[in-house]
Amino acid sequence: MGFRFDLLMFMIVLLSVPVLSNLILSNVDRRIDLTTQAVRITSTLKVENTGSDLVSEVLLAFPDDQAKHLAYLTATNNEGKGKAKSSSVSFPVDVVRPKGMHPSLTFYSVSLPKGLGKGASLTLDVLAVFAHALQPFPERITQPDIQLVVFNETAHYLSPYAVKVQSLTVKLPDARIESFSKIENTKIHGSEVKYGPYENLPPFSYSSIVVHFEANQPFAIAQQLIREIEISHWGNVQVTEHYNLVHGGAQSKGEFSRLDYQARPHVRGASAIRHLVAKLPPRAHSIYYRDEIGNISTSKLWGDPKKTELVIEPRYPMFGGWRTAFTIGYGLPLQDFLFHSEGKRYLNISFGSPINEVVIDTLIVKVVLPEGSADISVSAPFPVKQGQETKFSHLDVVGRPVIVLEKTNVVLEHNQHFQVYYKFSSLSMFGEPLMLISGFFFLFVACIIYMHADLSISKSSPSYLAKLQWDEVQAGVQQVRNIFDRCLTLHDKLEASLRDLSRTGDVQACKASRKAVDGLLKDISKDLKPLLLSLQSSPQAAQILPKCSICKTSNATS
Amino acid sequence: MAASETSKETILRYAFGNVLSFFILVLIGVLAFSIRLFSVIKYESVIHEFDPYFNYRVTQYLTKNGIYDFWNWFDDRTWYPLGRVIGGTVYPGLTLTAGTIWWLLSSLNIPLSVETVCVFTAPIFSAFASWATYLLTKEVKGAGAGLMAAALLAMVPSYISRSVAGSYDNEAVAIFALIFTFYLYIKTLNTGSLFYATLNAIAYFYMVCSWGGYTFIINLIPMHVLLCIVTGRYSSRLYIAYAPLVVLGTLLASLVPVVGFNAVMTSEHFASFLVFIIIHVVALVYYIKGILSPKMFKVAVTFVVSIGVVVCGAVLAVLIALVASSPTKGWSGRSLSLLDPTYASKYIPIIASVSEHQPPTWPSYFMDINVLAFLVPAGIIACFSPLSDASSFVILYIVTSVYFSGVMVRLMLVLAPAACIMSGIALSAAFDVFTRSIKFQLPGATENSERDAGETSSNSVVAQNDVAKTEKNEDAVKERPSKKNRKKEKEKENVEKPSVKSQIKKKLLILPLEASIIAIFLLVLLGAFYVVHCVWAAAEAYSAPSIVLTSHSHDGLHVFDDFREAYAWLSHNTEVDDKVASWWDYGYQTTAMANRTVIVDNNTWNNTHIATVGTAMSSPEKAAWEIFNSLDVKYVLVVFGGLVGYPSDDINKFLWMVRIGGGVFPHIKEPDYLRDGQYRIDSQATPTMLNCLMYKLSYYRFVETDGKAFDRVRRTEIGKKYFKLTHFEEVFTTHHWMVRIYKLKPPKNRIRGRAKKSKSKASSTTGTKRIGTKKKNPWH
Repeated sequence: MGFRFDLLMFMIVLLSVPVLSNLILSNVDRRIDLTTQAVRITSTLKVENTGSDLVSEVLLAFPDDQAKHLAYLTATNNEGKGKAKSSSVSFPVDVVRPKGMHPSLTFYSVSLPKGLGKGASLTLDVLAVFAHALQPFPERITQPDIQLVVFNETAHYLSPYAVKVQSLTVKLPDARIESFSKIENTKIHGSEVKYGPYENLPPFSYSSIVVHFEANQPFAIAQQLIREIEISHWGNVQVTEHYNLVHGGAQSKGEFSRLDYQARPHVRGASAIRHLVAKLPPRAHSIYYRDEIGNISTSKLWGDPKKTELVIEPRYPMFGGWRTAFTIGYGLPLQDFLFHSEGKRYLNISFGSPINEVVIDTLIVKVVLPEGSADISVSAPFPVKQGQETKFSHLDVVGRPVIVLEKTNVVLEHNQHFQVYYKFSSLSMFGEPLMLISGFFFLFVACIIYMHADLSISKSSPSYLAKLQWDEVQAGVQQVRNIFDRCLTLHDKLEASLRDLSRTGDVQACKASRKAVDGLLKDISKDLKPLLLSLQSSPQAAQILPKCSICKTSNATS
Repeated sequence: MAASETSKETILRYAFGNVLSFFILVLIGVLAFSIRLFSVIKYESVIHEFDPYFNYRVTQYLTKNGIYDFWNWFDDRTWYPLGRVIGGTVYPGLTLTAGTIWWLLSSLNIPLSVETVCVFTAPIFSAFASWATYLLTKEVKGAGAGLMAAALLAMVPSYISRSVAGSYDNEAVAIFALIFTFYLYIKTLNTGSLFYATLNAIAYFYMVCSWGGYTFIINLIPMHVLLCIVTGRYSSRLYIAYAPLVVLGTLLASLVPVVGFNAVMTSEHFASFLVFIIIHVVALVYYIKGILSPKMFKVAVTFVVSIGVVVCGAVLAVLIALVASSPTKGWSGRSLSLLDPTYASKYIPIIASVSEHQPPTWPSYFMDINVLAFLVPAGIIACFSPLSDASSFVILYIVTSVYFSGVMVRLMLVLAPAACIMSGIALSAAFDVFTRSIKFQLPGATENSERDAGETSSNSVVAQNDVAKTEKNEDAVKERPSKKNRKKEKEKENVEKPSVKSQIKKKLLILPLEASIIAIFLLVLLGAFYVVHCVWAAAEAYSAPSIVLTSHSHDGLHVFDDFREAYAWLSHNTEVDDKVASWWDYGYQTTAMANRTVIVDNNTWNNTHIATVGTAMSSPEKAAWEIFNSLDVKYVLVVFGGLVGYPSDDINKFLWMVRIGGGVFPHIKEPDYLRDGQYRIDSQATPTMLNCLMYKLSYYRFVETDGKAFDRVRRTEIGKKYFKLTHFEEVFTTHHWMVRIYKLKPPKNRIRGRAKKSKSKASSTTGTKRIGTKKKNPWH
């Protein structure tokens, strides 16, 4: 099938383009890395100023269909001739629309702060990462088929400047190459395809090449990833990541046979996503991996002091076009990510997903600051869309400020730290516990008041009167019972004295004790009388009387 | 002075007792809650089994769309193409309860998901249920028995099986509602307060909202009222306890859409109306007895009885005629199978096919209520001494629930609280006797040792006799007023009881010291055994969520998460409006977890529809394809346990598909599938069996796994090993092959198809069979 692409190969030289400046590219060396689903193009440009004016910007051109997949672009100054790369400085890059240019090209301008004087030269390292540049072809495959992808590029560096010498290296994964465009000076060396060198090409040279090769690495694409980072000043940063994952490779068609997959997993299902590795920060704890119907048990966790590695398997192996959604969450120690500077606190945490092989279409990072944070500002290493909302959780009254950062086409290179600055007083940490304490305190106070206060509406209603009488009678009954108890103790004493009598035969002592007890009993019956009278007088107590009288009689008999 | 001191002491002791019992109750609540968390700890916080998934889905809908949308919810994702009116066919109590809890929490800004709330609703309500048991038993036999019964109920395995965390089912709140309704009834009966009677009606309303088992209440309470009337225990308190309940309760019950006019139309409720009439007649009789002289009364009785018999006869005749005109005699199938245990297996296979509708075996009694089974008779005896209105109710409760539990395993749940109450009473009474005898003898011994060892026995015996005599007197005196049954008296009695009664009983029954110590030790041992069993049951037997299976092998724990794997696949990789056909067991889970439209689900309201699916599953491929295609089905889901030995798979349920399908579509004949009266899938299987869709979908390419196609559930090699599917294609099979999903192939090119059709018509008998299907199939 490759021949069709060969036919597509053509060269365009755009007409009547005004010469932008007197810059020329004396040497262009490009390496295209196709081993992962994100295409990384590293270009080393040697820029020379042949004119007389100071030039302060260098333009980079991309065709529109490439530019819309462009995820990441940096240009750094490569001073030390490739050796001392540590001194490299990255230059600001902006989209520009120069006049009179072909409308299907997008230009990025690299501003040179110092400018480039007459005859001076500069080496630029430009890294461009494209998110969806690999197209599966054929687009639909069956389970045993291998996944082939197609990559389109130009063999000649597309630039508004004339290029003196250039070469291109395409690095492919170690696998079969179905076909590649053969133009002049094409060499294949292992899994690398080399084009060039080409010399002295005018501006806007374009020579389309097509590489068609086997790519069985998983095309894990997160259509949407929401990362929620919640700061608790009690010592935790909770990160929750909701993934909406799709296998972006060739669509699977027809049957899925588990049998084939289990018997020969690397033949029947080579391009399936089996597992993903999330590289979490060290000392991550309380890690979970679940989806909306519960925990997913197929995950493994390794941890050492340098990193925490979470290997997650989706519930099912993901073939082309299959989707899944899941959530991972973990807690991080606060002191590793929250710092102080100039009276402000700032959170310093990574922006992208901890899963490196995932390309994210839309990434939304929400930073939930504690309630009462003020004076919030964000600093990110690349442009993001910012917003703010409010979230209510855990007994909030005014809500927590949430910083929402949104970015499309996110790749591994975006895994950089960003900072959120805010002001927060430590005292407001105690607001919610105090609220709870006071809430319970008032509850108990209310209970006490309720128990002790007389809340009846009408003081003359029959039920209220009945209740009063009832209390009265109860008090009376209580008194009677006390008398009972005293009476019983007397009985015991009497018995004891009788026992003494039978043992010692000391009649006198017994008589004396008898007398004493009789006296006491008399007192008791005296006490009992008014009580009985009162009980008799009260109509409520009518049926207690018989029992009281029994008591009386028992007193008498003793 | 002494008096004030002792009174202070007693007040203190009472206060201490109250605080102590409060703390014990709190601890019982904690126990009831935490013993049900084994499932969360061992597995995860997830909804269990089948029905809870439906309830969870309804709760989600309620919290998302509000109460009015919930009442009007017509669910088009189930019973395709019929749909189901959820608001009118669901008992809303559980859903509304969990929805309210969630709403309350979220309005306090406590971010709990609906799922979490649903998972923990059951444990929370089991704590409530044990407190309600305390209240009920306290009304019957005092606080000690109440605490004992509450502790027993907190961990009774039968109840745990229905209320572990995640088991989000109606029973979880219904048992609380049941016990609480009974408590309020007894409370009303003891106090005669109209306030409690109203509360009782409201509690009954909550019960009606929660569970179909409310018919148990509305039959048991009339039975008790009738019992009271027959045994001459009629009182105005009884009237107040019963009449408002019937009037208010019926009105409230008919507010619940799922009950509606059933509250007055079906036979389940007739008993209450009949007793309602009887209690009025009796009340009238008592009233007339009060105004008339005995002679006049006799005349009046003969007069009224003769007229009453005639009127009652006429009314009964009308009622019977009305009821008899309906085909099921006004009883619903489930209720009928309660009265006649063989009814379901004879007439309604769909009820008989549910394992929890089978009668229980003896081991399941031991498993579910354990030692309580032995304590219940003792409790019944304790309730007879003395027999009060309340204790007679409890006796009636245990007797009826024992009968019902014997009919259906599921109703073991109703037995459990009764058994707990009875055992609580029994244990409390036993402990009472033993501790009392120890307490009586211990201080006596010390006293005697101080003075004289010689005469202790004779003396104490004399004392005992003395006291016993006086007590008898007191007893007699006490009994008299209590029969007058005045409200105030009763209240006073309650106060008196502890003092007088304890004094009475203190020296009533004394056992030897050693015997009572040993007996207490043995009782504690028995209790310990019960606790050990309950914890084991909670941890091992009843904690599995059934959607996740685990097995222990030599290399550690192995997790079978195939169901969720399949549902997740369906939910992410099929179109939103695709229809999935499976046997009805998996309907609720498919709609809840995969969010796909199903043909039938666990709400088995339409037998014909289920029979259609059953017919398709038991038909040959082509006929099945036609049935499914006519139902717009795109995917067919079967559960297959043959690879890993999961026994409750679709092949084992296949007999019900044949039976239910054959019940409606006569061309499915059970004998066609049977060899020697058994469903076999080995080489002896019938050709009909080997060609039916269920067999093919289950065993498609199964032989390639081990070369022999050995089914680990049936423990045999399958009969037909190599075959191809022509109308279905495999689209997904889970990791352990437990769920297999097939897609219906699109119809073939018309001309080719016609040619083939005519060929097959000419050649085989299946052709004619298919035509039969076509005629019978209602979807053509």
